[in-house]
Amino acid sequence: MSAGITKEHLEQTLRDKLSADHVEVIDTSGGCGQSYDVVIVSSVFEGKTVLQKHRLVNDAVKTEIAQLHAFSQKTYTPAQWVELSNK
Amino acid sequence: ILCRYISDSLKKTLDETVQKNDVVLFMKGTPEIPQCGFSRAVVQIFQAQGVDLSKVKTLNVLEDHELREGVKEYSQWPTVPQVYIKGEFIGGCDIMLNMHQSGDLEELLLKQGL
Repeated sequence: MSAGITKEHLEQTLRDKLSADHVEVIDTSGGCGQSYDVVIVSSVFEGKTVLQKHRLVNDAVKTEIAQLHAFSQKTYTPAQWVELSNK
Repeated sequence: ILCRYISDSLKKTLDETVQKNDVVLFMKGTPEIPQCGFSRAVVQIFQAQGVDLSKVKTLNVLEDHELREGVKEYSQWPTVPQVYIKGEFIGGCDIMLNMHQSGDLEELLLKQGL
């Protein structure tokens, strides 16, 4: 078993590597640090397909994902995020 | 090539598998007995879309360690499940769910005659 990845570490790494405006990390593991849901808002996602966006994220936290059991992501551009928040 | 773990024979097998089958699903468990919620979700999405599961080639990565590690490298995708449609990598559970909700999946399946 891996030691697990902390929520803070994951959040910081995503912020740094994707120059994200907003990162939300939800620990769904019940505290063992092996399962996360993340929401990422960044302008680097502009003009990319969902697959391309997810690949960017996967690449940014490649070593972390390898140690997790579950990793789920939602990716938005700043414009999409604003639209979503207004709903 | 600096670092390559996937064997040539496995790569060839995977190439053939995704080319020969319209839909390929790498998953944990089987469609009847999924061993992980993410894999189950993808099976349920196919069912909701009315895809004939007998036409979906499923491979259980829990039965084959080499496959489990190899498919991640093959797709350059770090997690399972993984979906291929007509030889093209579509994505994992999040993307499938996303496409299911947006209607893109239905469109793709119709376009591909599935």
